[in-house]
Amino acid sequence: METMSENKRAAIWSFTLLLVSLLVWEFSIPTQQVATGELTEYEILIGAGTAKAGVPPPSEVIVKAWEELSNPFYDAGPNDKGIGIQIGYSIYRVLAGYFLAALIAIPLGFLIGMSSVAYKALNPFIQILRPISPLAWMPLALFIIQDSEASAIFVIFICSIWPMLLNTAFGVAGVREDWVNVARTHELSALRTAFTVVLPAAAPTIVTGMRISIGIAWLVIVAAEMLVGGTGIGYYVWNEWNNLDLTSVIFSIFMIGVVGMLLDAAFGLLQRRVAYVE
Amino acid sequence: MAKSFLSIERLTQKYPDGKGGEFTVFENASFGIEKGEFVCILGHSGCGKSTIMNILAGLSEPTLGVVKMDGLEVSGPSLDRGVVFQNYSLLPWLTALKNVTFGVAARFPNWTKQQVEDHSIAFLNKVGLSGDSIHRKPSQLSGGMRQRVSIARAFANEPKLLLLDEPFGALDALTRGTIQEELLKVWSGTDQTVFMITHDIDEAILLADRILLMTNGPLARVAESVEITIPRPRVRTEIVENANYYAIRNHLVQFLGKRSAELAGQPSVAGETHSPEKIHIDKTVGMVGNQPLLQAVKT
Ligand SMILES: Nc1ncnc2c1ncn2[C@@H]1O[C@H](COP(=O)(O)OP(=O)(O)OP(=O)(O)O)[C@@H](O)[C@H]1O
Ligand SMILES: [Mg+2]
Repeated sequence: METMSENKRAAIWSFTLLLVSLLVWEFSIPTQQVATGELTEYEILIGAGTAKAGVPPPSEVIVKAWEELSNPFYDAGPNDKGIGIQIGYSIYRVLAGYFLAALIAIPLGFLIGMSSVAYKALNPFIQILRPISPLAWMPLALFIIQDSEASAIFVIFICSIWPMLLNTAFGVAGVREDWVNVARTHELSALRTAFTVVLPAAAPTIVTGMRISIGIAWLVIVAAEMLVGGTGIGYYVWNEWNNLDLTSVIFSIFMIGVVGMLLDAAFGLLQRRVAYVE
Repeated sequence: MAKSFLSIERLTQKYPDGKGGEFTVFENASFGIEKGEFVCILGHSGCGKSTIMNILAGLSEPTLGVVKMDGLEVSGPSLDRGVVFQNYSLLPWLTALKNVTFGVAARFPNWTKQQVEDHSIAFLNKVGLSGDSIHRKPSQLSGGMRQRVSIARAFANEPKLLLLDEPFGALDALTRGTIQEELLKVWSGTDQTVFMITHDIDEAILLADRILLMTNGPLARVAESVEITIPRPRVRTEIVENANYYAIRNHLVQFLGKRSAELAGQPSVAGETHSPEKIHIDKTVGMVGNQPLLQAVKT
């Protein structure tokens, strides 16, 4: 046992844990009581005869997942699209709002980080806007923009801007004075200093902000799509709930987790690329 | 007095003392440095050496007074004045080589990439760095190697004036010795002027043409300018045999040990400039016999 690496041991534990919880789940669900014999009229009315109402066992979810993932991009009308298409819509909205936010947050963060006047001037706005739940903007967005698609993107924009803005400002303000002095003694222009010294120096902090933002954006998109409807993984969850298809609900919850993890991993990778040791 | 290459004129630096008032680091300091000279400045911690250096570099402005280089007033940093900072100040996300090319590319914007790289590698070689170590990041280099990179970066830019703030402060004695020799090697044969801060008396004697001595702060002065009358090229193991070595060393030790404190804290009479007293110690020429061991001639 001692020769086994830590990672190997951890992997064995993870796998065991997964297996045990799936088994517990599977066997704690009573087998569907598909009523035999005569049903009263009342029982038929409330749907007692149909096997769908309970929480499904994992085996069913796995079968469902297999089904969905083997054909993720089918499109059979507005209420029946493959999981791949739904997730695609969600990712598109997240990225659109997110990059718009980055486009504003990073230059503005630079400004705030470099100038204490700008920081003091903008700080009250940031402090009051930041704690607002992004969904609180939804009615206003829908009213002003008059377009559910754009409103969802706006909500993503507004929720992902703050961590990026604050981290950029923080990172830029914290750039060691020595490094800026190196740029100064080499007579670098302000623009070149920003790109060759300040940006790489602040990059780890900025990317941390970007990573937090993408996480929040992915949390928010599900809720936003439940509200605006139409397409997207959030809408999909809600739609399947309305269909009382809990197998699909559980499957899509799982998919939300997987996509969120992948988005985070991508930024983790970026974070490692810009990291440096002082 | 003819204008020096670098002339420091009535430099005064005051800082707020945190209690509403202000304290004076130094006042009306005036001295000159000639072209091609290697000058070291010695003084106790906190007397204002780094402050002077930052002003010479153009990184900060004095409260009063001017610095002129080649007759032109220093205002802001310039590629003509290279700086080796106390803590290396290498950019940690760049490799050693990239740290040097960074400076060279800024200095010679018309050069090709290849020229910039060759020039940089040549200077890294001069300070004893070659092979794959130049492709490593500063965090993967030893303290001595980092300081070598920092020196290579400054010299590769071929500035007229080099400012070094305790470049070897964090190094062990052995590494220090090697890099001192490398520094002399890079410097000799150029007409570059060097202004270096150090805490190490032996280092100053080995390297300098002249040593400026500062009294303790606040109200510090550049009190003396001691000529190092030991011929070059100097080698650490040989200069100790020179008749002047211990006389000069004694003078410096006496100053830093005793007189730097005695002379400290005297406010200047209005309008008075403080120029260092020139000290010339030479026991190799026949001196008056009744002089004490310490033979300081004030000129
Ligand atoms: N920005 C500043 N604000 C206020 N006081 C300062 C500032 N910079 C330096 N000082 C003060 O000026 C004095 C001289 O500082 P300086 O860094 O020049 O000393 P130094 O001679 O380089 O010391 P060391 O040998 O320890 O590096 C010190 O008393 C220091 O506290
Ligand atoms: Mg200092």
